[in-house]
Amino acid sequence: MIPRPFEYHAPTALPEVIALLGQYGDEAKLLAGGHSLLPMMKLRFAGPGHLIDLRKVAELKGIALVGGEIHIGAMTTENELIFSTLLAKHLPLLAEVARQIADPQVRYKGTLGGDISHGDPGNDHPAVMMAMDATFVLAGAHGERLVKASEFFHGLYDTALTPGEVMTQIRLPLPPAGTGSSYAKLKRKTGDYATAAAAAVVQVKNSVCVQARIALTNVGPTALLAGDAAASLVGKTIDEAAIGHAAALAMKICDPTPDLRGDEAYKTAMAGQMVERALRTAAARCAI
Amino acid sequence: MSKKTIVNFKLNGASTDVMVEPRELLIHTLRDKLSITGPHIGCETSHCGACTVDIDGASVKSCTVLTVQCEGSELLTIEGFAKGGVLHPLQEGFTQEHGLQCGFCTPGMITRAYRLLQENPSPTEEDIRFWMAGNLCRCTGYQNIVKAIQYAAAKMRGETVTTSHPLMAELSA
Amino acid sequence: MDQNVENQGRLEKLEGIGCSRKRREDPRFIQGKGNYVDDIKLPGMLFAVMVRSPYAHAKINSIDTSKAKAYPGVHAVLTAEDLKPLKLHWMPTLAGDVQAVLADGHVSFQNQEVAFVVADDRYIAADAAELVEVDYEELPVIVDPFKALAPDAPVIRPDLDGKDVGAHGARKHHNHIFNWQIGDKDKTDRAFSDAEVTVAQDMHYPRVHHCPLETCGSVASYDAIRGDLTVWITSQAPHVVRTVVGMLSSIPESKIRIISPDIGGGFGNKVGVYPGYVCAIVASIVLGRPVKWIESRSENLTTTAFARDYWMSGELAADKNGRIKALRVNVTADHGAFDACADPTKWPAGMFHVCTGSYDIPNAHVSVDGVYTNKFPGGVAYRCSFRVTEAVYLVERMIDVLAQKLGIDKAEIRKRNFIKHEQFPYLTPLGLEFDSGNYLPALDKVLDAVDYKALRAEQAQKRADPNCPTLMGIGITTFTEIVGAGPSKSCDILGIGMFDSCEIRVHPDGSAIARMGTISQGQGHQTTYAQIIASESGIAASQIAVEEGDTSTAPYGLGTYGSRSTPVAGAAVARASRKIREKARKIAAHLLEVSPDDLEFDLDQFKVKGNPAKTKSMKEIAWAAYNNVPEGMEMGLEAVDYYDPPNFTFPFGAYLCVLDVTKKTGETKVRRFYALDDCGTRINPMIIEGQIHGGLTEGFAVAMGQELPYDEQGNVLGGTLMDYFLPTSMETPHWETDFTVTPSPHHPIGAKGVAESPHVGSIPCFSSAMVDAFAHLGTTHFNMPYNSYRVWQHAQSLGI
Ligand SMILES: Cc1cc2nc3c(=O)[nH]c(=O)nc-3n(C[C@H](O)[C@H](O)[C@H](O)COP(=O)(O)OP(=O)(O)OC[C@H]3O[C@@H](n4cnc5c(N)ncnc54)[C@H](O)[C@@H]3O)c2cc1C
Ligand code: FES
Ligand code: FES
Repeated sequence: MIPRPFEYHAPTALPEVIALLGQYGDEAKLLAGGHSLLPMMKLRFAGPGHLIDLRKVAELKGIALVGGEIHIGAMTTENELIFSTLLAKHLPLLAEVARQIADPQVRYKGTLGGDISHGDPGNDHPAVMMAMDATFVLAGAHGERLVKASEFFHGLYDTALTPGEVMTQIRLPLPPAGTGSSYAKLKRKTGDYATAAAAAVVQVKNSVCVQARIALTNVGPTALLAGDAAASLVGKTIDEAAIGHAAALAMKICDPTPDLRGDEAYKTAMAGQMVERALRTAAARCAI
Repeated sequence: MSKKTIVNFKLNGASTDVMVEPRELLIHTLRDKLSITGPHIGCETSHCGACTVDIDGASVKSCTVLTVQCEGSELLTIEGFAKGGVLHPLQEGFTQEHGLQCGFCTPGMITRAYRLLQENPSPTEEDIRFWMAGNLCRCTGYQNIVKAIQYAAAKMRGETVTTSHPLMAELSA
Repeated sequence: MDQNVENQGRLEKLEGIGCSRKRREDPRFIQGKGNYVDDIKLPGMLFAVMVRSPYAHAKINSIDTSKAKAYPGVHAVLTAEDLKPLKLHWMPTLAGDVQAVLADGHVSFQNQEVAFVVADDRYIAADAAELVEVDYEELPVIVDPFKALAPDAPVIRPDLDGKDVGAHGARKHHNHIFNWQIGDKDKTDRAFSDAEVTVAQDMHYPRVHHCPLETCGSVASYDAIRGDLTVWITSQAPHVVRTVVGMLSSIPESKIRIISPDIGGGFGNKVGVYPGYVCAIVASIVLGRPVKWIESRSENLTTTAFARDYWMSGELAADKNGRIKALRVNVTADHGAFDACADPTKWPAGMFHVCTGSYDIPNAHVSVDGVYTNKFPGGVAYRCSFRVTEAVYLVERMIDVLAQKLGIDKAEIRKRNFIKHEQFPYLTPLGLEFDSGNYLPALDKVLDAVDYKALRAEQAQKRADPNCPTLMGIGITTFTEIVGAGPSKSCDILGIGMFDSCEIRVHPDGSAIARMGTISQGQGHQTTYAQIIASESGIAASQIAVEEGDTSTAPYGLGTYGSRSTPVAGAAVARASRKIREKARKIAAHLLEVSPDDLEFDLDQFKVKGNPAKTKSMKEIAWAAYNNVPEGMEMGLEAVDYYDPPNFTFPFGAYLCVLDVTKKTGETKVRRFYALDDCGTRINPMIIEGQIHGGLTEGFAVAMGQELPYDEQGNVLGGTLMDYFLPTSMETPHWETDFTVTPSPHHPIGAKGVAESPHVGSIPCFSSAMVDAFAHLGTTHFNMPYNSYRVWQHAQSLGI
């Protein structure tokens, strides 16, 4: 439970971060809230030679409404998501998911950027980001590039981030009128990762679903976008039959790893159950 | 081993310098170097909350924070609660409502509850159960911890408070 | 002033038995000034960590410690080779077996202790531990106790080669530890052949762990000049540790001081003597410096003393009306790689023979086989007396199974079989004498409180509705515990009778200090013992300092576990207090110039019968004890009592649980849990309630999630708090408590012990409720833990 030795850097501006990343290459790791990275270092599963702490980098903080988008600094913590009145108004799903992550103390430290960048299929934000069609801003020596959430997650701990890059911001489109969303997570207890979880965002017009996005947590090597399941809803009334059908389609793409939370059959079935739950709640939240 | 550095922070109001390796975890610095043994180690894997301290207005598991990350911070531990021999309402509440048994979780519990009450001075039982879920207790079953926090909240709001375990209840009955 | 008001005021000031005195230990804990083992810091202290085997079964070809020793800041790396000259590489267990302190060429469980690295601090120790190189040769692994008994099963304990007799008689196989039987087999078998109805049920009580919030650890400090050894240790039984350390080290007990400081919960995890303690002592002796060893959470969960792992087969014989005629039980007990249970010497299955429960069962027979497997050692009690949880679980499950078979309500079948109030003292067919009990009113009180009929009606309605998304289960238990080990005629540990002790000294100013052989781990002894002394001797509780845990000051005692503090030490406290009172009476008589018989004791003073104005307060008497005693009397006011109880005590309770299971996910919500306990005389209602809340919560954890499973390679799974279920405030249900009072007739103040009943009684209650949820579909039992995954699997197997 003791990390290996390393050198510590606490840059105060983004260019410094990028310079340090350039200087130390593979040897370096970014430190955000530290609540995924430090546990791995304590178990000696990770042993970076240089740790670059992002906590003093002001550019990575803050939540703002910019045009039709919400921009969230990568270093925004889970509790900041929960307490944000701006988000409560425009993107209540973010607080809903954050409340289901870890426990209060972890949420004071853990950051949105870290949760996404870690590339852990057990983390909850990736699926939500997919369901909300988020875009990530990645900065590096090359400048900035934008990557869609649906393109970002490549595999277990493997993302579109290249060495030398830092995620600076998460951009989320404002949902159109008539949108409802929900995140349903089954876990064994507070502080546990999902046995299975699902994010659903649906838009309803005249009682008919016009848009839907569904994504799943912890039932594959990355969060999974359940495209067929979502497509099956469009043009239909979101009733029990439609929900059941969508859940069945979502279960088809599951490829979970068995562990003490359950075997493949259970986790797959629970992914289906969580899709149902999330859809029911999301549909009920579609005002109009 | 790597080079040690000096870290400065405010600990329970007092400016403190300490020399650490970058990899040193805050809980070890507090306990082994600064004689702050109130925060305890129950797991070292960020699950139990026994090591909770307050850093810059946030409840933090000090087993999962590097001491070097605290440069310039303000730290509050259980040792900073009682002022001039007067107990903090939370400390009083925990005693009056029997919110502790072995006491091992207690410093972390109280420190966490302090921040909760700063953010929400009138929490319901549901709020308390939700926002205290980062602190494990093996002894009490939490029911009296909830009451202890409600007791403290009421007292901090300036209301009159009484224990739900009156001294002579059963004897006079 | 009104006499009553004045008396009430004196009573309040006394803070004696029956009042909710606020705890004396709280001020230090709420201010962060507790003093736990890891808080101890001595000049020159070193820090140690254990190197452990990654394999469950392997031969060790070699250990190379050179790189670790060369690492700057490392002071020693101990292996079995270093302990051999001191004959300390093996140690005796409390169960009559031996256990390797550091692996002696062979490891037989994953995480077994292999080397001990001592360094300047924990960081250096952790770095150096990685540098110890061990060459293992893997051997076939057995994690299943039934497979362990196959004729060609690998030998788990080569050191026992050729020993066909163990501490508890013949061993019938190289992986067999003992067979223990009790009861009349022939009569029982006959009752089964003659029975109108029989039922049988297999059940597994999974391997679980106490997981107190503080892990185990010690600080050993050997003073080479004085030849004194002082050890601070997380021990529930410091005096026994002193005796064991003396036996191991050949240091006389007078030179050994064991101190249990504040303990962060024990629950049975901190009774045994663990290799880390021994290594810390050896390292301190060898290096001449204090050495601290504190285990990590994972080490705690996977090496220091598990509980349970009992494979039980129960059978009941009964008539058509559900009157039980006989109980037959066979148990295969998985003890892991070493037999390190902490049972009384004579009883290798502890007090499992309390398994006839609260019921008048005329015939019973029990047979238990202990077996070695490649798992970590233990089999100790977890918030219960030795194996009582297993026993109560067995009988409470079996009576439910019988009720289901006969279609009799679960409350009703219990009423038909209860030992009746007038049958006490009641001799069970397995040889225990239940001193007291009053089961029927307790159950009725609970059924009334929850409106049992309405609950059953609601359940019937839900069962009839196929669209109901949940299943409703109602569980009932009416358990009897056995605690307060124990009469030395039947209970000893390492040959030492299981008495306990108290020593009280009253100071000239009327305040007092009292010391006991027990040690609190959260039970609040400092508070409650003082209440007993207050009521019995008239010294206000606030004037009494209570100390425990330091073997150099406290009288010898067997420690705190198995709810024995109140039944045994508490009795010693009462009796020592009475000795004080009787001496005080004589001094008062002398001061008042009357005969002692003319005095009556009144709360905190003696008054002359018929002349209540003539009094002497305990305060005045205490002063006189040091300057004005009757002719021929020794000065001072002190008393000592070593109490060997005539019998155990038998707390009981009636519990009811209502839960709802979501059919499609297996999620379970405990809607209601009503716990009525009878612990006899109630010393401090507030503390009792706290103990019950805690015990229920631990019971909930065991039933709903705790388990340390193994894979076929012998890897222990779930050894972190991510997987091992400790409920938070979110998962923990709301508890309702209630009580009746049936004092123990043989205990000086009628108290019976309480802290473990809620654990013992609640676990079968959760099972009862969970099974009940599925009972209409034919389920009679399924094994814990009832996490959603397992419950869902069960639902699937029934096609729901
Ligand atoms: C007990 C416990 C329970 C938890 N339960 C959950 C849960 O239920 N759901 C959940 O989602 N998470 C859970 N977590 C994880 C927690 O939310 C982490 O905080 C989060 O996964 C990582 O965020 P962080 O800010 O702590 O990142 P760090 O731990 O600091 O970093 C994680 C990784 O991301 C990289 N990184 C961080 N920030 C950036 C950036 N801006 N640009 C590029 N790379 C970056 C780091 O280099 C590192 O590799 C739990 C953690 C704990 C300790
Ligand atoms: S020790 Fe830090 S959370 Fe348990
Ligand atoms: S009081 Fe013991 S862990 Fe909470």
